[in-house]
Amino acid sequence: MSFFSDPVNSIIHWLRNLLIGWGLSTGWVTLIMKALGVMVLSTVALLLVIFLIWLERKLAARFQQRLGPNRVGPYGLIQPIADVIKIFTKEHITPFGVNGFLYNLAPLLSVSAVLFLWAVIPLYKGVVGVDLNVGVLYLVAAGALGTLAILLAGWSSNNKYALVGAFRTVAQMVSYEVPTVLALLVPVLLAGTMSVSGIVEQQRVIYLIVSPVAALLFFLASLAEIGRTPFDLMEAESEIVAGFHIEYSGLKFGMFYVGEFLHAFTVSALFAVLFLGGWRGWGAEAFPLLGLVYFMAKAFLVYFLVVWVRSTLPRVRIDQMLNFNWKFLTPVGLILLVATAVVQKIILVSGASYGVMVLSHLVVNVLILWVAFWIVKMREARRPRRQPVAQPRPVARPPEVTRV
Amino acid sequence: MLENWIYIGLFLLLAWIFPGGPILIARFLSPHRPDAVKNDVYECGVETVGETWVQFKVQYYNFALTFLIFDVEMAFLFPWAVSFDKLPLFGVFSGAFFVLILFAELLAAWRKGALEWA
Repeated sequence: MSFFSDPVNSIIHWLRNLLIGWGLSTGWVTLIMKALGVMVLSTVALLLVIFLIWLERKLAARFQQRLGPNRVGPYGLIQPIADVIKIFTKEHITPFGVNGFLYNLAPLLSVSAVLFLWAVIPLYKGVVGVDLNVGVLYLVAAGALGTLAILLAGWSSNNKYALVGAFRTVAQMVSYEVPTVLALLVPVLLAGTMSVSGIVEQQRVIYLIVSPVAALLFFLASLAEIGRTPFDLMEAESEIVAGFHIEYSGLKFGMFYVGEFLHAFTVSALFAVLFLGGWRGWGAEAFPLLGLVYFMAKAFLVYFLVVWVRSTLPRVRIDQMLNFNWKFLTPVGLILLVATAVVQKIILVSGASYGVMVLSHLVVNVLILWVAFWIVKMREARRPRRQPVAQPRPVARPPEVTRV
Repeated sequence: MLENWIYIGLFLLLAWIFPGGPILIARFLSPHRPDAVKNDVYECGVETVGETWVQFKVQYYNFALTFLIFDVEMAFLFPWAVSFDKLPLFGVFSGAFFVLILFAELLAAWRKGALEWA
C-alpha cells in the first residue's frame, strides 16, 4: 500500500506501529487511534465550513447577479476568515430570564448533532469513521438531535418569537422525518444491509437510477430537515425576526450558523453516499484516493443544487409545508416502499439479471411518480378557486376634462 | 463489534469540545458590559407583554401524534428491509401488507382532518 494511493490508511498503519513500538498495550493504542480519528474528522468537517460559507455566498451572489465577496484575498477567499475573527470578538449578550444551562447547551448541540453524522460517512474505500452495521438507523437517530437543539434554543430564550420559531421547527422537522426514513428504507432494502459502506459497495448502478423517486423524496425531505429556504419557517425574518436564535449573539449565534452550513453539506454528502454511489467511480478500486475525489465531487454537486434551490424559491406557508409532506411525500413514500419490496422479491425469486432489475425498478418508480402527479393534478382541478375580480377596480383617475 | 461503539462513544464525548472550546475562548476575547436595556428581551424594541410561554395551537399536537405513529412503525421496518433477501415470500407480503395498513392509517387521519392546518 503506497502512501500516495491511500494516505489515510498509511498514516494509521505507521502511527499504530509507532505507538506499539513505544510499548503501549493494544487496548490503549486502539483507544488513542480512535480518539485521534474523531479529532481529525471533526476538525476537517469544521474547517470545511469556512470554505462552504465562502462558496455559498459566492454562488448565491451569482444566482442574484451580484459578485459576492471579492475584496479580501483572491476571489474573496479570505473573507470568511475575517468574519470568523470578527465574530470571535463580539459580545455575548445573555438576556434576562433565560434558562442558563439549556441556553448554553443549544448552540453546542446544534453543531455536534451534525458532527455525529460524519462518524458513519465513508470518505473513500476503507476510510470511514466507523462502519456500523446499523449505520442508517444511527443516521436517523443522530439526525434527530438537531431538532432538539433548536427546541432547546427556542424554549430557553425567554422570547415569544424564539418560542414560535421552535414550535414551527418541531412541527416541520418531525414531519419530514417520516419521508426521510421511508426514502432511506429503499436503499437499505435494495442493498440488504444497513451499513453505509455496505450500501456504497452494493451500488453497481447508482440508486439514483434504480430508484429516482426515493432519491427525490430524500432530497426534498433533507431540504426541509436543514431548514433553509423554501422551508426556513423557523427563522422567517419577515414574521418572527430571527426565530429560535434571536436572543443569541457572538459566537453562540455563530455556532448555529456553522451547524446550519455543515448540516447542508452533510445531507449533500449523505445523498452522494446513498444515491450517487459515494466513492465509486472509474479507477477508485485500484487507486483509493481517487474515490475521495469522486465522493467530494458528488457531494459538492448536490450542495450546488441545495444552494440553487435556496436562492431561487420563495418561502412556503406552514400549511403548504405540512400538506406537501403529509399529503404528497408520505403517501408516495409508502407506496414506493411496497412497490419496491414486491418488485425486488419477484426479481429475486425469478433470478433475473441485474440489468432487468434496474430497469423494472426504474419503470415502477417512473409509473408511481406519474400516477402521483396525475392525482395531484386531478385534485387541483377540482379544488374551488377564488375567481379573479372582473370589474375594474377603483383607482385614482384624472377628472375627465370637458372640452369646450 | 464493540470497538465500533467505542468510536461512537468517543465521538459523543469529544464532539462537544469542537463547538464548546471556541465559544469559551470567544467568551474571554469578547467584551462583557451588560446593562438593563441591552439585556432586555428583544421583541422589536417595545417592552414585552405577558408571559413568554404562550399557549400554542392544538395542531402541533395533532402532527406530533401522527408523526409518533409513523416513526415508531417505521422503526419496525428496518429489520425487515435488512433481511429482505432471506425472507420467504410470505414474510415479504406481510411486510408489504403492514405498510399498506400504515397507508390506510394515513388516509384515515387525512379524512378525519388531522392533517389540516386551520
